[in-house]
Amino acid sequence: MTTTRTGYKWVGTRPVRHDGLDKVTGRARFGADYATAGMLHGAVLRSPHPHARILSIDLTEAAAMPGVKAIITGADLPDLSDEFAAGSEGGINFRDLSRNILARDKVLYEGHPVAAVAAVTLRAAQQAAEVIEVEYEILPAVLSLEHAMEDDAPVLHDDLFTLGLDSEPDRPSNISRRRVIARGDLDAGWVEADVVVEREYTTKAVHQGYIEPHAVVAETGEDGRSTLWCSSQGHFAMRTYTTKVLGWEPGDMKVIPAEIGGGFGGKTTIYLEPLAALLSRRAGRAVKMVMTRSEVFRATGPTSGSVMRIKMGARRDGKLVAATAWMAYEAGAFPGSPIGPGVMTVLACYDIPNVLIEGYDVVLNKPKVAAYRAPGAPMAAFAAESVVDELAEKLDMDPIELRLRNAVTEGVRAVYGPKFRKIGFVETLEEARDHPHYAAPLGPWQGRGVASGFWFNFGGETTATVSINEDGTAVVMSGCPDIGGTRAALAQMAAEELGIDVHRIEPVVADTHSIGYNDMTGGSRVAFAVGIAVVDASRRLIKDMCARAALIWDVPAEEVEWVDGRAQSVTDAAAPLTLEELASGSANTGGPLSATVTVNPRGAGAGFSTQICDVEVDPDTGLVTVLRYTVVQDAGRAIHPDYVEGQMQGGAVQGIGWALNEEYIFDRNGVMENPGFLDYRMPVASDLPMIDTVIVEVPNPDHPYGVRGVGETGIIPPMAAVANAVYAATGKRMQDLPMSPVRVLEALSGD
Amino acid sequence: MLNGDEIDFLCNDYQTLLSALRDELGMIGTKEGCGTGDCGACSVILDGQLVCSCLVFAPEVDGRRVETIEGLAEVDHLHPLQDSFLEGAAFQCGVCTPGFLMAAKALLDRNPSPTETEVRYGVAGNLCRCTGYDKIVRSILDAAARMNEPENRKEAP
Amino acid sequence: MKYRAPTSIDEAVELLSAHPGAAVFAGATDLIPQIQGGRPEPSLVVDLKRIPETVRLESENGFWRVGAAIPAAALTAHAGLSAVFPGLVEGAGLIGSDQIQGRATLGGNLCNASPAADSVPPLVALGAEAIIVGPGGERSAPVSEVVIGPGATSLDRAEFITEFRIPSPSRWSSDAYQRFIPRTEMDIAVAGAAARIRVDSDGRCEEAAVVLAAVAPTVVEVSAASGILEGRLIPHDSGRDAFWDELEEAVVSCCNPIDDKRGTAEYRRKVAQVLARRTVVTAARRARETL
Repeated sequence: MTTTRTGYKWVGTRPVRHDGLDKVTGRARFGADYATAGMLHGAVLRSPHPHARILSIDLTEAAAMPGVKAIITGADLPDLSDEFAAGSEGGINFRDLSRNILARDKVLYEGHPVAAVAAVTLRAAQQAAEVIEVEYEILPAVLSLEHAMEDDAPVLHDDLFTLGLDSEPDRPSNISRRRVIARGDLDAGWVEADVVVEREYTTKAVHQGYIEPHAVVAETGEDGRSTLWCSSQGHFAMRTYTTKVLGWEPGDMKVIPAEIGGGFGGKTTIYLEPLAALLSRRAGRAVKMVMTRSEVFRATGPTSGSVMRIKMGARRDGKLVAATAWMAYEAGAFPGSPIGPGVMTVLACYDIPNVLIEGYDVVLNKPKVAAYRAPGAPMAAFAAESVVDELAEKLDMDPIELRLRNAVTEGVRAVYGPKFRKIGFVETLEEARDHPHYAAPLGPWQGRGVASGFWFNFGGETTATVSINEDGTAVVMSGCPDIGGTRAALAQMAAEELGIDVHRIEPVVADTHSIGYNDMTGGSRVAFAVGIAVVDASRRLIKDMCARAALIWDVPAEEVEWVDGRAQSVTDAAAPLTLEELASGSANTGGPLSATVTVNPRGAGAGFSTQICDVEVDPDTGLVTVLRYTVVQDAGRAIHPDYVEGQMQGGAVQGIGWALNEEYIFDRNGVMENPGFLDYRMPVASDLPMIDTVIVEVPNPDHPYGVRGVGETGIIPPMAAVANAVYAATGKRMQDLPMSPVRVLEALSGD
Repeated sequence: MLNGDEIDFLCNDYQTLLSALRDELGMIGTKEGCGTGDCGACSVILDGQLVCSCLVFAPEVDGRRVETIEGLAEVDHLHPLQDSFLEGAAFQCGVCTPGFLMAAKALLDRNPSPTETEVRYGVAGNLCRCTGYDKIVRSILDAAARMNEPENRKEAP
Repeated sequence: MKYRAPTSIDEAVELLSAHPGAAVFAGATDLIPQIQGGRPEPSLVVDLKRIPETVRLESENGFWRVGAAIPAAALTAHAGLSAVFPGLVEGAGLIGSDQIQGRATLGGNLCNASPAADSVPPLVALGAEAIIVGPGGERSAPVSEVVIGPGATSLDRAEFITEFRIPSPSRWSSDAYQRFIPRTEMDIAVAGAAARIRVDSDGRCEEAAVVLAAVAPTVVEVSAASGILEGRLIPHDSGRDAFWDELEEAVVSCCNPIDDKRGTAEYRRKVAQVLARRTVVTAARRARETL
């Protein structure tokens, strides 16, 4: 009944991905690539002010423009009460989500949608949006955490009272929540400490930077049933959120997933979807909406800017004995920064007995943040791992050695609560320490830094179906958009189980009406959770096929086993039956061969990464150039190593961008000054060296092949790794991101 | 001339080549990432020169030669760059891929044996947010090597 | 918005005279993003690339004539031009990515009137003249006088530049341009510097021009540079000879930068000094190599 194997045939190999041909020929259809005959085009009128009261909206002139078919404002959406989306960790409150889709009484950031228009051409829609007259009463804007947290700061929401304080607040503020994690006896810890480092760090809001702007086509019929074509990280969530905001029934909406042109967390929420659906309902025609790049920057989620104060103490032998962290994260216009995972991860790499972590979720007049790859963890690691580096220096200890002496291992209780199961942090540190990169010589004005990072990873609700076609090929169906090669990985796991060639399997991402519910592609969950479901479905199929072979052979089912894609009698009583034979004859043995499995698995398997960065600093200009970079990461098991490496490399490079140049820049009036790829400076190819990777495989016991999520962990260490390298090159500790040439030169010319 | 075919199309004077390709001709392989020439997703080759089609007015191409991603492969086989991108896992989400392939083709047409640095600068006008560029650069170098093998060398395009 | 591509200067001037809301363009690499960014759309765009004079590139009678509508990629690929004006070609070659290079032109780079235009400092350093045509016929003006402020030129509404006339370099001279950007590509200069150096038979500087980008409302020439550098033997690396301090002081005195999203005023001053030194060294080395 089970397959015995000495090694894997498909798991761990690098087959060409199934969706590859479409993507190198231009045939793949992304969000903006859908069109229907006679569709309208939508445009959004956005607030020019970061904080203002809407006194009136006059649609008269716009509605009279030629070609205009429908206009909607906040008054057209139902008001919702506080209700949090399942699994969003408090990040998505439908009441706020609705108000982010279309402003009600106040606009809360520059770019906040005020109205949406559908017209026969995009130009007509844009021109109509421009002549909508909105009268604003401009209110003082809050643009920094420091300002937002002051007692007398202008308040964004009159009904926002801080949660999690020791005493209940008597007036509203911009602090939505305080999170605290404490353990041990801090006073005793500080007494024990021989060296203590305390520093303050700041980071700026940064964007996920996906190349594909948000796009949707919505078609709503006269019966109120609608179809959405859109690119997102989860079409089921798009359906839930969109129908919730519109007050519609989820069952009345079908969402067809487009190929997604990058998400990194930023496409886990809705922006245009309800606008297009409602405009379509009003106009009686399909409506297409596509954001401009400027809209993407101004109105879709960056991740939080932050202020963090970290204090850590160690004994002379390197044992960390006490730590405190005070952290404040920008949530943007509505509550819901990733401060939760921020406080949970900031010290999670280390076994520290005495700890106090305090985190604040703060609203201000900037776009509402959205998830971004390991939300909340990278900035926290920038602060904590910089302090660890400084401690190592004070202790005159190799920074990897210091980490090894404090690294969490299996059975250690994590600072955020549970005990770690099998993890590979120590292994990443050892691999980094023993890597030739770590011992390579450096020249003048060059320096090397290391840093580590931790991420939980996630399981989540999952449905998968594996079906066998009459020719013995198979279809693996999931409901999770494939951002970075997960279709190939799922097919590989099915191929391994079924014993057939991976290219005889077609992995597809099915729409909301074709497969059961799936959580979003997020939390590095697909290869893990969907993988479990696919493996389980494959095994059920194998069991079914063995039973059918037993039926044909008239032998007990226990006497049939599945070997190399064939049913085989253990007694060799009959010639084996191939998958093709079983499939083509399935009508006579009980009908089609198909298995659907639903799971909600725990045990996603914590991920750890340790990274080494070499930089050179130009002392005349402050320019930091990354010379060499190595990412070591525990993948549990790399199903398709190319795409595991790709996640590690991509995450590291996003972190390098965050470290060096990326930032939201606002003018004095709260208007974003760099809402384009020219001045929001993401790394280009010529900025970078090759990114070396070392995949560590400490199998996750809770996955049939040992998979851990790999998508997010890679972005956590880079900012600290770069900062520590800059210190090694210059003797200057960079505590504020980005480490742009202006800042580095300032640091070099200081004192 | 679009990918070797003589074609006619109607457009408004204000439309860009990108808009004409996608909205009038249904050639959706060329992508829009920014509309301002800063991401390269809309790269096409115009009279042998790599350009951002979002920065070309559609009427400008009257009588000129336009090559897009849809014309890169031959009837029965892919361009070596497409093979290398597939085998080298040079993309994750794939939305930047058509632009990278066109930029890489323009580079190799001009410089058949580029160094790593030349490749990096040759595609510096193309943003990729997924890969960190490593596998893209390797795949372009690999394609150049394949194209330079004696049996694959073709007369200049 | 209408599009026209006249094939003669007269036709273009006529179109521009008849359409007060018209705009000329060559590469459109500034025009289209500006329209995207909300600048009012012109009623007519006049494409200059089909006018033969704007795409001519030749050397005659002690001058180089470089068409204002030639894409940068064609300039950087031109071996003759690269040999005589390496700094100008460096500047042109820095205007954007390969994609932008395929479109962007010297004429557009100048008339967009950004102080950060990479090809303008070398043109000024070389003493280039812009040939301007309009309803009043043809005139010429030094490139340094075309731009009068950010986004503003001295050209009349119906005028446009057909070509640049650049004096062929005198014996034993060369030029160089460098800029600073936070990335390696795809950025606008935070500061830039062009230098043109002529040396005598001993390799000593006989004449110098240093022109800065992005540190003032327009590109600005460091007029004191020639006096400071004259007679100096400019070393291969910018060591600490006293005249460097003088040059840096002269550079700073020409700077009137702003704080913006691309850099602080203070940073621009510092980097302008660094770039001035570096380009002077490069131009001098190149000049000596012609000895």
